[in-house]
Amino acid sequence: MLLGTIWMALREIRKNAMRSILTMLGVVIGVGAVVTLVTVGDGATASVTASISALGNNVLMVMPGSDRRPGSSGATGDPLEIADAGAIREIAGLLAVAPTASKQLLAVYGNKSWRTTVSGVTTDYLPARGYAVEKGRNLTTGEVTAGRAVCLIGATVARELFGSGDPLGAAVRLGRVSCTIIGVLGSKGAGMMGNDNDDLILLPIKAFQRRIAGNTNVAMIFVAVAEGRSTSSIKQQIEGLMRERRRIGRGAPDDFNVRDMQEIIETVSTTNKMMTALLGAVAAVSLLVGGIGIMNIMLVSVTERTREIGIRLAVGALGRDVLLQFLIEAITLSTLGGALGVILGMGGAYAITQALKMPFLVSPNMIVLAFAFSAFVGVLFGYLPARKAAHLDPIEALRHE
Amino acid sequence: MSQAAAAPWFELQGITKVYGQGESEVRALDGIDLLIEQGELVAVMGASGSGKSTCMNIIGCLDTPTAGRYLFHGADVGGLDRDQRALIRRHFIGFVFQGFNLLPRTSAVENVELPLVYRRVEAEERRVRALSALKAVGLDGREKHTPSELSGGQQQRVAIARALVSEPSLLLADEPTGNLDSSRTKEIMELLVQLNQERGLTIVMITHEPELANYVKRRIVFKDGRIVEDRPVRSS
Repeated sequence: MLLGTIWMALREIRKNAMRSILTMLGVVIGVGAVVTLVTVGDGATASVTASISALGNNVLMVMPGSDRRPGSSGATGDPLEIADAGAIREIAGLLAVAPTASKQLLAVYGNKSWRTTVSGVTTDYLPARGYAVEKGRNLTTGEVTAGRAVCLIGATVARELFGSGDPLGAAVRLGRVSCTIIGVLGSKGAGMMGNDNDDLILLPIKAFQRRIAGNTNVAMIFVAVAEGRSTSSIKQQIEGLMRERRRIGRGAPDDFNVRDMQEIIETVSTTNKMMTALLGAVAAVSLLVGGIGIMNIMLVSVTERTREIGIRLAVGALGRDVLLQFLIEAITLSTLGGALGVILGMGGAYAITQALKMPFLVSPNMIVLAFAFSAFVGVLFGYLPARKAAHLDPIEALRHE
Repeated sequence: MSQAAAAPWFELQGITKVYGQGESEVRALDGIDLLIEQGELVAVMGASGSGKSTCMNIIGCLDTPTAGRYLFHGADVGGLDRDQRALIRRHFIGFVFQGFNLLPRTSAVENVELPLVYRRVEAEERRVRALSALKAVGLDGREKHTPSELSGGQQQRVAIARALVSEPSLLLADEPTGNLDSSRTKEIMELLVQLNQERGLTIVMITHEPELANYVKRRIVFKDGRIVEDRPVRSS
């Protein structure tokens, strides 16, 4: 009987194909929007999380200035020093401590030039940031201590300045400094903001401070925490140490800050999830509007088919037979709309994620939910018209023109 | 219903139907007594507003009387609720209407199957019974046609097949030939007479046309909510 009723509903929908499609459109768009937004949102979260993870999950960043709250009058703080890095290295459970300072500079080789980020680093920089040397070698401790004019270049810089040629041993000019390339880094790809992780030149920090920056400032210290160590406890230790070193009085605010990548990942994914939920809610409203569309058409349909309902009642249909018929018709409409919406939404999400080079993640839960919700919309908005149909007086209904 | 043989097929006892209340009260039926035996072919006549349609609605369990008893195979069905009346219709009564009342854009055979759908008859058996009912009304070969592809006479035959298919105890026809020309009218009337004679089907038919009374065995005339004439008709 139920199958027969569903079959009957499908036929009824086909008989009014144009109207049925227009009726479904609301639900199609609603479900399509929900599916697209949630899928793209999931993709964005995954993509951002992945690129932050690429920086190293277990990396802390120590920076001068308390920029926890943007716009607040937090102390700018004195710059860090190389000695700070040395002090931090005393904390147990660290893999690498890498002080660094950077500047945007024009790198010149022969008749080619390329604007890039030049950073002064130590030997610890590569392990701390997850870079590997592809050709040549890393800086040596001796070169770092002495501040020799040698450098490592990123894959992008190598491509721009040398094309397919071999950069090893070549001298590249950075401002007034000429330094010899001793290694080329392996590619890490695009970062979380679409920035190029391979667009960089690294040289010993002493050389950078003396010959490029002209000061002894350290802009940031990357701290890689050993596997299995809690980043938050290390973070507390560093904070304690830095307060001591910078002689910050009890109760006074920090004039530096330590950022935990893990924390940032959590913040970003929470923000993304919230955005997704909000967009999803907006899309759900359109689904609701779609449901109202279904109710509208079902009410029209009941009025239009009053005589049919009268006939059915006359030949012995119970009120609940008629109720079920119209309810199933509404549910069939909305579920069909839901199915179309899922297909459309998936297509849309696929196109967007491909265009934005994000991962395309299909969440089966969400598809089931979208289906269930569209069926629910059918029940919710189909019930009233169906009840109206079921309560028609057969005599009146048969007389209806 | 074991005493069905002894009890009259249908009996109305003092059936009264009142619409509205107070000043605007309308007495559509005013104490109708009527007894219909199995196998009768009855013509119900009367001016519009005479109460004949109201009476038919009550006999057909589409409506309930305000007062009086309606004995259906000996059981009082006057006070049944909506769903119970629907079940009586489903199992015992077939309807034929003036306007045919077929489902539009639905094939003849599916129209005929409709009462069986609500009787929960399996699809296969439904089809067999519907086709045989269509054959009985002389429409074999047209089972796939939709009402709009059939003439008025053919549509009414489909409607009669639909009323027959559930093998009712009573067939109620409300001006079955009202929308047909005279030769179609003759065909339909002959079909009804044939069904009455061959199957012993009890038929109560409302009609405006006095000449149709020639086909029936008994004629009842309504006026102002009362039966003013009830007599057998000599077969011509």
